[in-house]
Amino acid sequence: MTVKTVVTGLGVASPNGLGTADFWAATRSGKSGIGRITRFDPAGYPARLAGEIPGFAAEQYLPSRLLPQTDRMTRLALVAADWALEDAGVRPGELPEFDMGVVTASSSGGFEFGQGELQALWSKGSQYVSAYQSFAWFYAVNSGQISIRNGMKGPSSVVVSDQAGGLDAVAQARRQIRRGTGLVVSGAVDASICPWGWVAQLAGDRLSTSDEPTQAYLPFDSAARGHVPGEGGAILILESEQVARERGARIYGEIAGYGATMDPRPGSGAEPGLRRAIELALRDAGAEPGEVDVVFADAAAVPELDRAEADALRAVFGPRGVPVTAPKTMTGRLYSGAAPLDLATAVLSMAAGLIPPTVNVDPAPGYDLDLVVDRRTADIRTALVLARGAGGFNSALVVRAA
Amino acid sequence: MDTRQFTITDLKRILLEGAGADEAVDLDGDILDLAFDELGYESLALLETTGRIEREYGISLDDDTLLDGATPRSIIAAVNSRLSVAADAA
Repeated sequence: MTVKTVVTGLGVASPNGLGTADFWAATRSGKSGIGRITRFDPAGYPARLAGEIPGFAAEQYLPSRLLPQTDRMTRLALVAADWALEDAGVRPGELPEFDMGVVTASSSGGFEFGQGELQALWSKGSQYVSAYQSFAWFYAVNSGQISIRNGMKGPSSVVVSDQAGGLDAVAQARRQIRRGTGLVVSGAVDASICPWGWVAQLAGDRLSTSDEPTQAYLPFDSAARGHVPGEGGAILILESEQVARERGARIYGEIAGYGATMDPRPGSGAEPGLRRAIELALRDAGAEPGEVDVVFADAAAVPELDRAEADALRAVFGPRGVPVTAPKTMTGRLYSGAAPLDLATAVLSMAAGLIPPTVNVDPAPGYDLDLVVDRRTADIRTALVLARGAGGFNSALVVRAA
Repeated sequence: MDTRQFTITDLKRILLEGAGADEAVDLDGDILDLAFDELGYESLALLETTGRIEREYGISLDDDTLLDGATPRSIIAAVNSRLSVAADAA
């Protein structure tokens, strides 16, 4: 019998709420965290809005040893991991160190830290570059720092596949649990709202240039014009169901199915890979399309990508065949942090019996989606989370109520 | 002549700036002869600390200053030795 992987702890750092309680209170009521950038002066840039996390003072949560060696994304990830472990009722010091692993995703690494050190290099010279630049910028640094802080020496790694990585990391964590690791800290936090990170994101040509927070990020709307980037994400505690039940843990839900595909070569005219990813995830979960109670969409807000996602959803579920929502309209796209946050939102939605809204969007009729624009009461047993990454990554994950 | 002396107070300031302090360690206690790993500093913290000393004092420390077992006393002695060489040369 295959080992079941369950979610037992949540740690959330989101532009519309720091901590799970604040995040869920905001999300269920449609409160957005998108605004004009404050972390640097965006006046000279074509895109000027972001989902920033306000009021995060790392020194309130982390020891001074960690501050000189961590980027903002790592500080957020370490604190979210602390919260997730506390939420799960896990004290890592009491567990076998090789029975706990860490698998996170990363999209950009520690850009803000790296920018500072590059500025020091160019303006003052190599002697002024921090020794911690050797790892503070690195994709794997969140996994590494969470592992060190909590004494977790089991299988640990990072997955890098842009936004899809958030689900790919959870799937990799599930593999490690099936292979016998009792607990894996997973999910992802990204944060690169600094000039260097910003120009890198601008180069992707998918950012909204609107200055109006309610009109900037409009997936599945005929006025879709690109996305607003955000920072944050969620860290999740995953355990084998048996371990979780034996210790009497609260179980938020089961990671029941996963599928990942690559898009065909650009210009080939072949169908994008998202539909197959959804079908693979449903098959892996042993679920029929009709069992899915809600879809958390990737919601690119780039017209051809919205079209591809709507086509895939109609092909699997039929026209308006399943409620679809994109709470990330309240946070901006969080890159690798987005899908773990959607996964957290999915299990919170199950517990609350409601689907949080997609805000500000007037659904374009041509997509034929049942887009949830006002929050909706619903009995949710099975949810599907979708995430696509630039470069052709498609991932789908099915989560079931415990 | 340059008569600067490098003291434990200077070292503690630079340690705190570059690498912070372990919550379980009292840097104001008697730390002169404790190895840096006992004080909660790994090799990168030591590298960062000596880099900061070198640029602030305009000296260059030997690589073996950072060998295993280095203590605040051994670093302070190495820095003051370099400072006196620099002063003699001036």
